[in-house]
Amino acid sequence: MKVSIDAERCQGHGRCFSLAPGLFDFDDLGNGVVIGDGVLSDETLELARLAQANCPEHAIFIEE
Amino acid sequence: MIDKPPVEDFATGWDHADAQWVADPYPIWDDLRGRCPVAHTDRYGGGWFPSTHAGVSQIANDTINFTSRTVIINNGRPGEDAMPAPIGVAPPISSDPPFHQIARRLILPAFAPGPINALEPRVRSLCVDLLDRLDGHEVVNGGTEYAQYIPPAVISRMLGFPEADEDLFREFVHIVIGGIDLPEQQRIEEFQPIEEYFTAQIEDHQANPRDDLTSYLLNVEVGGEKLALEHVFGTMILVLIAGIDTSWSAIGASLWHLAKSPHDLERLVNEPELMPFAIEEFLRFYAPVTMARLVKQDMEYLGCPMKEYDWILLGFPAANRDPAAFKDANRFIIDRQENRHLAFGLGIHRCAGSNLARLELRVAIEEFIKRYPRFELADPSAVTWAPGQIRGPRNLPIRILR
Repeated sequence: MKVSIDAERCQGHGRCFSLAPGLFDFDDLGNGVVIGDGVLSDETLELARLAQANCPEHAIFIEE
Repeated sequence: MIDKPPVEDFATGWDHADAQWVADPYPIWDDLRGRCPVAHTDRYGGGWFPSTHAGVSQIANDTINFTSRTVIINNGRPGEDAMPAPIGVAPPISSDPPFHQIARRLILPAFAPGPINALEPRVRSLCVDLLDRLDGHEVVNGGTEYAQYIPPAVISRMLGFPEADEDLFREFVHIVIGGIDLPEQQRIEEFQPIEEYFTAQIEDHQANPRDDLTSYLLNVEVGGEKLALEHVFGTMILVLIAGIDTSWSAIGASLWHLAKSPHDLERLVNEPELMPFAIEEFLRFYAPVTMARLVKQDMEYLGCPMKEYDWILLGFPAANRDPAAFKDANRFIIDRQENRHLAFGLGIHRCAGSNLARLELRVAIEEFIKRYPRFELADPSAVTWAPGQIRGPRNLPIRILR
């Protein structure tokens, strides 16, 4: 399982790194970026789903 | 004010300055969503109001058919002369692609979480000082004595303006945002003192550069060249206008909600871990900001015969109440887990100050409920709401319960 952010869609609403700071960070423009390789455990999958459910731009994708 | 009769049917003659809309727009939007998802008006020279999440999203993301040249609706129907290309009056909010991206990338680093989070201690001490001043009062005004002081202090500090000018700041915001219903000429005249003040600030920063946003804008280079002065001026105006009325409206509306919802207040006081979700639900439920676009050319769009230079009023707050996009859309759920609200817009014009707005809102609420864990509306009928495109309570008497 892996989470990714579509940089074309992301507009920097900041929901992902606020809700799941262990999974997401921000760049110098304030856009969301995935920390590391984005591979998810069972626990972090829930957090990734929470971030996904709060992204207004639908920019977060989870491969299960 | 221009004398206008009350609106009879919002589907065919909406007016966001109408008394009924100002007092309580939500039933109007629910009604429109059901029978006329893109409403029309002849007022303001002609315009359209999408009230569904789908309609608002489609137009917000469509920079081909719509321009952001003018984002505040006024009585002067814009023509070619009202669109200084490519900068626009207040870049990047008033800019279109491709210039928009250049202007936006310039300011985003200043509003990214890093520098904004660093402001938290300053925002917190500001809130604490304001509450100290109100100490012992039985009734405090959440609008005029609290919310309305917080953003001007933060913004004037960011721009590097004298702290003593904060009252002047609020006056400028009233002129620009509150002036929507004034005749064009009067609006231009009232704008004069703002122009003079900003010009003086720019000159002062040119002579004495310092570590603030104004000096940053004056010195930053794009392609080896400094920004045109009208670009610097426009962005400063944008920060002033977009950074003050908006946040203070969000803080006020959130206090208003808590004052009339004792169960939510009690939960927020006792379960601070709810705060991140509560903040987003405040923003969804009481989104203060609607932004305008202009139709670029005559076209049939969303089933409507749109004409060149018709206004579009992007109903972000209405989209946030659309049951097609939100479960129990008209219910305030303090721990709502799925919340893709559009309070900060959508697409390339996402509010650049959203990190700052969230910081101010969160800290203002945290400090208020820490000081006053129980309060209620002192007089619900005395609460007044700002008209126009930024909606929030202005007069907000709150009775402190001991």
